[in-house]
Amino acid sequence: MAEASTDTLKRTPLYASHVKMGGKLVPFAGYEMPVQFEGVMAEHLWTRENAGLFDVSHMGPCFLTLEAGIGGGDAAHAEIAALIETLVPSDIASLKPGQARLTVLLNEDGGILDDLIITRPIGDEAQGTLYIVVNGAMKEQDWGIFEKALAGKAVLTRADDRILFALQGPKAVDVMADFFPGCEALKFMQHMPFEMNGQRCIVSRCGYTGEDGFEVLIPAEAGLPLIEEMYTDERVKPIGLGARDSLRLESGLCLYGHDLAPDISPIEADLGWVIQKRRREAGDFPGAARILKEIKEGPARKRVGIRPLERAPAREGTEIQVGGETVGTITSGGFGPSVDGPVAMGYIAAAHAAPGTKIDLIVRGKARPAEVAALPFVPQNYKR
Amino acid sequence: MTTYYTKDHEWIRVEGDTGTVGITAYAAGQLGDVVYVELPESGAKIAKGDGFAVVESVKAASDVYAPISGSVVEANTGLSDAPEKVNEAAEGDAWFVRIKIADTGELDGLMDEAAYTAYCEGL
Repeated sequence: MAEASTDTLKRTPLYASHVKMGGKLVPFAGYEMPVQFEGVMAEHLWTRENAGLFDVSHMGPCFLTLEAGIGGGDAAHAEIAALIETLVPSDIASLKPGQARLTVLLNEDGGILDDLIITRPIGDEAQGTLYIVVNGAMKEQDWGIFEKALAGKAVLTRADDRILFALQGPKAVDVMADFFPGCEALKFMQHMPFEMNGQRCIVSRCGYTGEDGFEVLIPAEAGLPLIEEMYTDERVKPIGLGARDSLRLESGLCLYGHDLAPDISPIEADLGWVIQKRRREAGDFPGAARILKEIKEGPARKRVGIRPLERAPAREGTEIQVGGETVGTITSGGFGPSVDGPVAMGYIAAAHAAPGTKIDLIVRGKARPAEVAALPFVPQNYKR
Repeated sequence: MTTYYTKDHEWIRVEGDTGTVGITAYAAGQLGDVVYVELPESGAKIAKGDGFAVVESVKAASDVYAPISGSVVEANTGLSDAPEKVNEAAEGDAWFVRIKIADTGELDGLMDEAAYTAYCEGL
């Protein structure tokens, strides 16, 4: 992930809010983003117990709409779904109105170009468009791919000038219900539209911390006073990227550019569940030959959880050995505040991928004992 | 007893030919929550400017550089079980090592407290 020099960095609509709340700002995905407020450890634990507010406006929310426009009910959805399904292996056609799905953008070799969430809108009159959120660092690439592949058939509308924020943690639902009455009825990966301060916004029950929570896309002029008011609620604190990373790692969630990359397939990444039955049977997605072969025969390497058995964290790039031979590499690693110990994820040869397998991690030239562990490291608390 | 500081934010408190070394409160604040400290063993030889210890926060690992050459007389092994002490008492109980100084002349290039405070204010 390239970091631009400070003078070319963009700011989200919440920049002034971050400064006011004491955020320590760093370059991330081309933006000046808060890495922490009171401290990564405290923010991480706060989110697991209360409600943490994350600015994710640097990400890539967008709408992909049929050239003919919206309306036309199920037929229109089928049409836009068929278009996006040429680029991703998930079953988008079968999404129910209001439902969202995690998927991956694939290259011709079945490698992952990004991970993204695709949502089908509610209401017959709104069909023919998809609400899509891609990663901030990958949005120019992804949007270029959409526009090139779907030219003349669908139109891309960027929405990254708005505020996209996440409220995560066990108390998020009670806070959200105060501001968006009715949103508590949503289940994980469902969304509904709201009007707030005179502006249309989208409330989704999802997130990337392993906790119950919501993501909200809202125009800046309506979102700024909303977030200012949320900060007056004692259950809510601002959370930086540092804790976002440790929360998602403990929850076994992948970070693009680290755990996912163009040479890694969704089967190697243990994301085979994003490819639903209809798509597997049809085999009609980029890189299907490789991916279907890996489903049948098993991949040569696999993403696994890793628990160092001593206190030293093992960071990204750490070599994994068994009996002195290299068998894999760590792709995300650090300290898990809720686990109260080091945690990591990485890719390892399939023969060594079973949970409980003893491995060595080469940290600063020294072999340190670790074992393959089941993911997630802490239970996910989604509202199913 | 005099304390000296480096531009890399280590401190060394000198008594005779022995120096006690740690990282500054400023450095600890920049690192954030310290979760792991790796120290050299007693008897290890260290050279001025070399990384002799590692301090890890939730987010990243950072080298700690020797402010002076010498041999390690004692490492603060208590930090391995309580690395958070680095955030609480960086310039006190959370010292890293005691060193038998090879050449006190190497102290000449280091900052005193006033110079270090001014240096941090300029960062």
